[in-house]
Amino acid sequence: MQFLRAILLRLATTAVTLFGAALIVFVVVRVVPGNPIAMMLPPNATEDDVARLRALYGLDKSIMEQFVIWLGGVVQGDFGTSISLRRPVAELVLGRLPATLELSILALILAVALGGAMALLGTRWRGRRTEAAVDVANGVGMSVPDFLWGLLLILLFGVLWPLFHISGRVSPQLDLPFSTNFYLFESLLRLRFDITADLLAHMFMPSVALALPLAAIIGQLLKQSLKETMGLDYVTLARTKGYGETRVILREALRNAVLPTLTLVGVQFTFLIGGTVIIERLFSYEGLGNMAIDAVINRDLPLIQGIVIVFAALFTAVNLVVDLTYAALNPRLRHA
Amino acid sequence: MKANLTRRSLLQATTAGVALGAMGLPARAQEIDELVIAYNVNLPSWDPTTGPSAVNPTIQGIYQSVFDMFIHQNTDLSPAPGLITDWGWNDDDTQVWMDVREGVVWHDGEPFTPEDVVWSLERAADPESGNPIQSTWATIGNFRIDGNRITGDVLQYDPTIFKWMYFLTGYVLPKHYYERVGAEGFEEAPIGTGPYMVDSFERNAFVRLRANPNYWNGVAEFETVTIKFVTDATSRVAEVESGNSHVTLEMPYEEYDRLRQRPNIAGTDMPISDIGMIFINDVEPMLDRNVRLAMHYAIDKELIIDRLLSGYGVPIDTMQTPDYLAYDPSIEVPTDPERAQELLAESGYGPDNPVRFTIQTTRGFKPKDYEIIQAIVGMWRRVGIEAEIEVYEIAQHFELRAADELAPAAFYNWGNAVGDPTTSTGFAMYGPSPHSVWDGQDLIDMINPLWGESDEEARIEGWQEVDRYIAENGLVIPLLQYVQPILHDPRVEVTQHASGALLPHLMRRA
Repeated sequence: MQFLRAILLRLATTAVTLFGAALIVFVVVRVVPGNPIAMMLPPNATEDDVARLRALYGLDKSIMEQFVIWLGGVVQGDFGTSISLRRPVAELVLGRLPATLELSILALILAVALGGAMALLGTRWRGRRTEAAVDVANGVGMSVPDFLWGLLLILLFGVLWPLFHISGRVSPQLDLPFSTNFYLFESLLRLRFDITADLLAHMFMPSVALALPLAAIIGQLLKQSLKETMGLDYVTLARTKGYGETRVILREALRNAVLPTLTLVGVQFTFLIGGTVIIERLFSYEGLGNMAIDAVINRDLPLIQGIVIVFAALFTAVNLVVDLTYAALNPRLRHA
Repeated sequence: MKANLTRRSLLQATTAGVALGAMGLPARAQEIDELVIAYNVNLPSWDPTTGPSAVNPTIQGIYQSVFDMFIHQNTDLSPAPGLITDWGWNDDDTQVWMDVREGVVWHDGEPFTPEDVVWSLERAADPESGNPIQSTWATIGNFRIDGNRITGDVLQYDPTIFKWMYFLTGYVLPKHYYERVGAEGFEEAPIGTGPYMVDSFERNAFVRLRANPNYWNGVAEFETVTIKFVTDATSRVAEVESGNSHVTLEMPYEEYDRLRQRPNIAGTDMPISDIGMIFINDVEPMLDRNVRLAMHYAIDKELIIDRLLSGYGVPIDTMQTPDYLAYDPSIEVPTDPERAQELLAESGYGPDNPVRFTIQTTRGFKPKDYEIIQAIVGMWRRVGIEAEIEVYEIAQHFELRAADELAPAAFYNWGNAVGDPTTSTGFAMYGPSPHSVWDGQDLIDMINPLWGESDEEARIEGWQEVDRYIAENGLVIPLLQYVQPILHDPRVEVTQHASGALLPHLMRRA
C-alpha cells in the first residue's frame, strides 16, 4: 500500500515537472531571437504578408494566450500542428520516438555488456597488466565524446572498410510489413531476420558511438565497486569454501557491487538519450533527435514543444523505473 | 590442435577477411541500376506551395523532380516552355494569356487540363492557402478557359509575374486529386506531372522515386532514384567515398579538391545563383558615405576567394551575377586600400582613430562564412576600421532583418534563381521590404517606378542605374557568387543547374 502511494506521489510530481517544463519551453522558444514567420518570408513579402502569416500560425496573440490555447489542446491530446512539416505534432513525435528508443536501448545494452565485461576482466586480473589495460581503455572511452567516436567509426567501418551503413535507419529498397514503428522489435517478433540484419547494420555505428562513453563509465565504477566488495568478509568466506575467483566474483560479489552502478546507469541513460540528438544527426538516423535539430533550425515552435515534452516525460519515466528497480533489488529499501 | 601463426597464415587470413568485407562493398564496375543521391537537406513537406519549405531554395530540386512548374527553366536560368507553352500580356497589359500543353497526364494517369492550371493559380492567390507569395499571385485573376488557352485579368501589373511561374511556389498541382484526398492525403501520397513519381518516402530518411513513363519531356534515364537525406557534410562525403551513394553536393572545397583526384570519384562544379554579401543598415556610423565606401574599397575579394574558398567563387560588385539579366560589368568597385584610407581620413578616421561598429555573421551556414568575415575585418583594420564580430544563427538574421534591427553590417547570402533584378537588388534594397535594412528615400524613389515598368529594356536599364547608384554610395557590399561543388561516381554524368537545384532527371549514365 505504501509502495503504491509512493508511486502515485511520484506520478503526481512527474505531472508537475512536465507542466513546468512545458511552460518554460513555451515561453523561452518565443522569447529567444528568431521566429518562424521571418524564416518563411519570400523576397517580395509585404507587411500585410507578415501579419497574415502571423495570424495564420496563431502568433499574433500574447504568449500567455498562446500557452492557454496550446495547453487546452494538449489536455485533449492535440499538441498542435508542425509549421514546417504540416503534420500533427503528436503523430510526428510518437512516430519518431520508437526509432530513438530502439537506438538508445541498443546502445544501453552494448554499454552494459562492454562496461560489465571490462569491469569483470579488470577485477578478475586486478593488479596485473589486464587491469591497467582496462583502466586505459576506460580513460579513452570517457575522454572522447560520442560524436568523435561516430566520426571515427564512419572512417573505419563506413569508408576504409565499408561493412555498415553510414546513414539512415533501414535500406530504402526493403518493404516493411510492420504495424508499428518499433522496426527492430517487430522484425524479431515476425521472424524477419533479413530486416533485423539490415536494421542492425544501420544501427551499429550510431549505437556503438553512443555506447562507448557510457561503457567506460560503467566499467570504471563497477570495477571499483567490485574491488571494494571483494575485500568484504562474506567474499573471503566464499573463498575459504574453495570457490574459484571467477565464481566468487560472479556469484557472490557482483550482486552487491552492481547497486551503485545501477543508479548511475539510470542517470546516464537519460544523458544517452540526450546524446542521440547529435548522433542521429551525424548518421542521418530518423529519430527524435534528428527531428529536434530541424525543428530548432526552422523555429518550428509547436514541434520543439512536443519534442521537449516527450524528452522530459522520457527522462522522468527512466528515473522512475530506476528507482523502482533499485528498490526491488535492495532489500533494505524494499522492506522500508 | 595447436595453431601456428605464420606469416603465410596471417596473409591468408587477412586476404580472406578483406574479401569477406568487400562482399558488402557496392560494386563499382557494374552499371548503375538505381541512382542514389546523398542530399544535404531534409524534405519537410510535399506541398511545394505552402509553408516554410516552399521558399527554401535547397529543396526545389526535389520538388522539380515530382512536380512541374508552370513554366520550365533552362539550366542557364532562362525560361522554357513547360506545362504552359506560350504566355504573355495583351497590348495594353490589362490581361495575361497562357497556352496550356496538351497530352500531359498526372502520375495517376488522369489527364492534365487547363483547369489544373487555373485551380493552382487561384489556390496560390488565396490568402487562406498559406502560400507565402500569395500577394504576387493575387495580382492576376478572373481566369477564363477557351480550349487550351487561359486568359486572366491583370489586377495589378507586375512585369515579373511570369518569372514567378518558374520560381518559388510556381508549381502546378492536381486539382482532381487534391480535392479528393485533401492536404493530408496529398502529403501521404503526392502526385504531379514531373519526371519522377514518389515510390516511398520516410521523413528525415529518404525518398525513393520511379521514373514517370509518360513524362512529356522524355523519360528520365535512371528508372529508380533514391534520395537519402544526409544533412551532415562528413557523412555525405563518406557516402560517396564508400560507394553507398553515387552523387552528393555541398561539401568543403578542400574535401572536394581532395576527393575528385581519386580515380573512383569525379567532381563537377559551376557558379550558381547564390551570392555572399554584407547588408549595411542605415544607422551610425553607416550614415557616413565615406565609411561605407571605404569598407568596400578595403576588401580584396579575389584574395578571399583564392585563399579561403580554394578559388571557388566569382567576385561581384553588384547584386547581379554575370548570369543575371541586369548584370552590368561596367559597374566596378575595385580593391583600393589607399582610396579607403583617404575616404576615412576625410571623415576623421584612420588606423590611430578607427571607426568602430559591429558586424554580424553566421558561422558554418555557408562555406567559410565566419572565416571570410574574419579576413574582411583584418583588411578593414589596416585602413582604420575596427569591427567587432558577432555570430548569429540564421533564424536570428531573418528576424532581425525583418525588424530592421541588424547590426550596422551583417553578412548573409542571397539566392535569385530567376536572375531578375527585382528578386535581388529590388527586394534586398527597397526600404519598405521586410528584407531590406537600407531605408534611404532616394533609393526608394529610384526603385518605385521600376516595379510597374512594362518596357523590358527600360526596366533592366533602370535596375542597372539603381545598381550603379548603390555601388557609388556603398549601400551594400556584394562579395562573391558561390560555386556549387558536386562529387559523383564517374559512371554518372551530372548536369548542373545554375539555380543550384540538383535534378536527377538531368543525370545520365556516363
